[in-house]
Amino acid sequence: MHNFTYHAANSVADAAAKVADGEDAVLMAGGMTLLPTLKQRLAQPSDIIDLAGVAGLSGIRVEGGTVTVGAMTTHDTVANSSEVAAAIPALAAVAGHIGDPQVRNRGTIGGSIANNDPAADYPAALVGLGATVCTNRREIAAGDFFTSMFETALDEGEIVTSVRFPAPETAAYMKFPNPASRYAIVGVFVARTTGGSVRVAVTGAAGCVYRETAMETALEGDFSPAALDGMTASADDLNEDIHASAEYRAHLVGVMARRAVAACG
Amino acid sequence: MPTVSMNVNGEAVSGEVEARTLLVQFLREQLRLTGTHVGCDTSQCGACVVHVNGVSAKSCTMLAVQCADAEVTTIEGLADGDDLHPMQEAFRDNHGLQCGFCTPGMIMSALDLARRNSTPSEQEVRDWLEGNICRCTGYHNIVKSIMAGARAMAAVRGG
Amino acid sequence: MPKDGIGASVKRKEDYRFITGQGAYTDDIDRPGQSYAVFVRSPHAHARIASVNTAAATAMPGVVKILTGADYAADGLGGLPCGWQVTGKDGPMVEPAHPPLVADCVRHVGDQVAVVIANSAAEARDAAEAVVVDYQPLPATASIETAMAAGAPQVHDEAPGNLCYDWEIGDKADVDAVFAGAHHVTRIELVNNRLVPNAIEPRAAIAEYDRATREYTLYTTSQNPHVIRLLMGAFVLQLPEHRLRVVAPDVGGGFGSKIFHYAEEAVLTWAAAKVARPIKWTAERSESFVTDAHGRDHVTIAELALDVDGKFLGLKVDTKANMGAYLSTFAPCVPTYLYATLLAGQYTTPKIWCGVQAVFTHTVPVDAYRGAGRPEATFVIERIVETAAREMGLDPAELRRRNFVPSDAFPYQTPVALVYDSGDYEGTLAAALAAADYDGFAARQAEAEARGKLRGIGLSAYIEACGIAPSAVAGSLGARAGLYECGEVRVHPTGSVTFFTGAHSHGQGHETTFAQIIAERLGVDIDAVEVVHGDTAKIPFGMGTYGSRSLAVGGSALSRALDKIETKAKRIAAHLMEASETDIEFSDGQFTVAGTDKSVGFGDVALTAYVPHNYPIEELEPGLDETAFYDPANFTFPAGCHVCEVEVDPETGRVEIVNFAASDDFGNVINPMIVEGQVHGGIVQGVGQALLEGCVYGEDGQLATGSYMDYTMPRADDVPSFAVSTRTTPCPHNPLGVKGCGEAGAIAAPAAVMNAVHHALGSRGVSRIDMPATPVRVWRALNAA
Repeated sequence: MHNFTYHAANSVADAAAKVADGEDAVLMAGGMTLLPTLKQRLAQPSDIIDLAGVAGLSGIRVEGGTVTVGAMTTHDTVANSSEVAAAIPALAAVAGHIGDPQVRNRGTIGGSIANNDPAADYPAALVGLGATVCTNRREIAAGDFFTSMFETALDEGEIVTSVRFPAPETAAYMKFPNPASRYAIVGVFVARTTGGSVRVAVTGAAGCVYRETAMETALEGDFSPAALDGMTASADDLNEDIHASAEYRAHLVGVMARRAVAACG
Repeated sequence: MPTVSMNVNGEAVSGEVEARTLLVQFLREQLRLTGTHVGCDTSQCGACVVHVNGVSAKSCTMLAVQCADAEVTTIEGLADGDDLHPMQEAFRDNHGLQCGFCTPGMIMSALDLARRNSTPSEQEVRDWLEGNICRCTGYHNIVKSIMAGARAMAAVRGG
Repeated sequence: MPKDGIGASVKRKEDYRFITGQGAYTDDIDRPGQSYAVFVRSPHAHARIASVNTAAATAMPGVVKILTGADYAADGLGGLPCGWQVTGKDGPMVEPAHPPLVADCVRHVGDQVAVVIANSAAEARDAAEAVVVDYQPLPATASIETAMAAGAPQVHDEAPGNLCYDWEIGDKADVDAVFAGAHHVTRIELVNNRLVPNAIEPRAAIAEYDRATREYTLYTTSQNPHVIRLLMGAFVLQLPEHRLRVVAPDVGGGFGSKIFHYAEEAVLTWAAAKVARPIKWTAERSESFVTDAHGRDHVTIAELALDVDGKFLGLKVDTKANMGAYLSTFAPCVPTYLYATLLAGQYTTPKIWCGVQAVFTHTVPVDAYRGAGRPEATFVIERIVETAAREMGLDPAELRRRNFVPSDAFPYQTPVALVYDSGDYEGTLAAALAAADYDGFAARQAEAEARGKLRGIGLSAYIEACGIAPSAVAGSLGARAGLYECGEVRVHPTGSVTFFTGAHSHGQGHETTFAQIIAERLGVDIDAVEVVHGDTAKIPFGMGTYGSRSLAVGGSALSRALDKIETKAKRIAAHLMEASETDIEFSDGQFTVAGTDKSVGFGDVALTAYVPHNYPIEELEPGLDETAFYDPANFTFPAGCHVCEVEVDPETGRVEIVNFAASDDFGNVINPMIVEGQVHGGIVQGVGQALLEGCVYGEDGQLATGSYMDYTMPRADDVPSFAVSTRTTPCPHNPLGVKGCGEAGAIAAPAAVMNAVHHALGSRGVSRIDMPATPVRVWRALNAA
């Protein structure tokens, strides 16, 4: 990789200031995407601001029906949290299937969502659960946060501090992984709130996480796999690569959605 | 150039590195701990797995400067003199290695599983090894080794 | 018999250094004053080089020297040689120049244009990015189909139509006549998918030159250091052997890809004298994908003629093979002599014809990869036999039985040149079927169907020709080298033993297996034996390790050297015990005189050989050190049967292997634990080919599967554990009775898996699915059917 200047930030404000100071500075959380990108020389930042030493960004808090996950909380911590497992088991399951164990030991929720890889798992969980992203400046609804491939609503110097998840009545995530990279070819997160509203969030299939509204409507009428019989996504605008055609992805959205509903029990 | 200090295999070490120096480069090139290997450039093969502050990590996907003041354990730090660690012993007893190149990463990864689960099932071991690629063994004997090694570690602790 | 002798599952002697992180792989070695090389490689599949400007790069920090294709050409050195000449119907193959650094025209993505040498690897990489190459891109062709089409872009001017050779074996008219009278003809088309070997240790090299002694040393990740010394010294750089040492230290897997002489080895050795410093190069994995020789890449049409009882009457096979952009070291023999000669399989098919057209494309060279030709042959035979059985409504196991070479028919002359030495194909079939519970399949299939899964079972009764090779035979077929092996047994004065072998271990466990043979034969403790390999300065000569040859050929050389040791030691013992040589018996490390209680130990004899105070010095030289070169009398023919059972999820197309059983005949087995490990690893490479791995090039010659993000390496959760066992018919023509086990799994498994997949999908009307049977392909096939 190209060389850069490394800074260990000691507070969110410090990190924000250092980003502003750098010519082309980037933030690093777990580094699980940033470092591979730099190793391939696909990016050449002037400065890297490491958030690892910033106090208060890690940890899980469950209050009432809300789970709050600090931005620097690792996937492994979320996956193995008994509090998360009790409140939103599907969230722990999502975290437990991101990458491999070593990625989960270092990768963080904040880093993952700020990167917004179109095949990452967390975006589906955030959108499916109707989560709120908290930053050093504001709160952003998950539906507004993920804007397009590798793009988010974060402004320059804006830093994710935590993510707030309302506990659903039931939820489940089903992923069909790319056999090589193990990212999602299609991942579908289905959640139903106590009020009966349903969200079906899809990752991997398109350029950015999105919701299958027709499926949501069908499931609000009848929350059973059968309600989705014959339903697939539209293949228009879905991703196409050597591992999966758009048609195959469209089909898999239906299959994974039905399986997720079945897993909701 | 930044200076980085850390504890590697129980010894305090420090060295001058570039900001871009990876942990694996620091270990191999400066400390000459060449048991930790590099088999890919996309953070997937796991030949470089070490422990940082007690948990397994890919040393090809960490900067040396990120490990300031960290406790790092490599394959060279497992055996106690001539006494092999039970997981090392299990790999030898079960023919869990052939060319040996992926082996240090496999063993270091396996230890993180054994720490969490002293009686992993075959499926649990196979799932855990998502981040470790072996081209020689077909995994059959690696899985056997890890199941045996985890149980042997528990027996040592229990005894 | 000593406890660590032949037949014991001895724990490996080499393991201690690997499990403690003390292996010494090439990249682990640092030489004093070492510099680092990074290659500038073509991003284009085909382009003319208008200019190379190194001025800015040369001025960058840490740069020692930059050398280009023009520099190499100016020194008048050779290109990378091809070690095997195939002669086709129209004469010898086309053999284009293969420059280690390209000056005028690049022919595949990754072709090397310049080398940057700097004080650190990072500085070399930074400077390599600053080398400005003006490429004029030209049209490219990446696939067999497009390369053979009229008007295709030409890879080499001297190969019109991109044809390297058009070769055949058998009498086509004769075979056609058989087909005319057949009761049934089965026809299949198939693709043997292109694979990337992917040993987990990337290739690496360190070259150095000593001005005082004028000696060159090359450390390299090689399966055969003597072959590299011969090829590089004699043909490329014109360096005499006595001033060129090649060391292949611990090597992290090869699978064929580290047999060949690569450009980087020659360029580094050449450059080391220019910079007068050691130079290290280590491939990054993405670099390995575009520089390591790939494997397979065939397109084949095959037809099998059967009579009313299902007896095979004739086989016709038409194969196109992709050579890539240049001929790698052994490439031409892979789709001919290592492929077409195996097309009889385990069967008595009386008439066989095979035509092979080898073509150049703008892709990485293709050469031997685990099995090399034999997996391709097995895939053709076992797919067509299975298909014929289904078409004729016969049990595939029964159809095989009807056509097996019977176990009393050996030696058996096939119609495609080979003479099989021994085997028991009924035996391995029966054992594999029992291990797989073949008879219980119908019940398991019904149970799976109730869960919405499609279940299938598939067989693969394979044969391979190993123990490569009788030199005279290989020479008559175009090999430019002998294929014997060399071993030197050095008994030390105190009775410990060092064995120097020309074979090379890169995972096979030779340090243990060879030591077991020595322990058995000499009655010494296995810990008193050291096996040395991989260094041309230590070992007299060697042809290396590939083609499951190490034990069959290298082990036989060891056995012959031990014969010489024993003969000499008996003469010494006879002298010590004042007995006639003919009365001396040797077992368990003791020499005895028949009919007496006199004895002397092996250690005493060894000491006497080196301290010859009481010694037949007039008749016998002191010392106990013997070398043997062994040239095999024939190939060996490991064979067996693998059975795979799969479940397909019809909704997603995902194939899961639910059971895999194998019964193999490797002749005598020295270390069962190591043999089983070899089979496990081979099976997973075969499963990888069948379900996961496929090298994809775009039509522009860009590699779409250039990293593990897109090239699917088998992982632990992709496969189950395996039920493997062996049955033995000893090889009758080598001293150990061994056949070789390294490639069996990779040869057998693809057909077993794909037969199971076709069986599972057959009920849904799917008749053809190509490897790798990825979820999207299976899903598409189910929807198209």
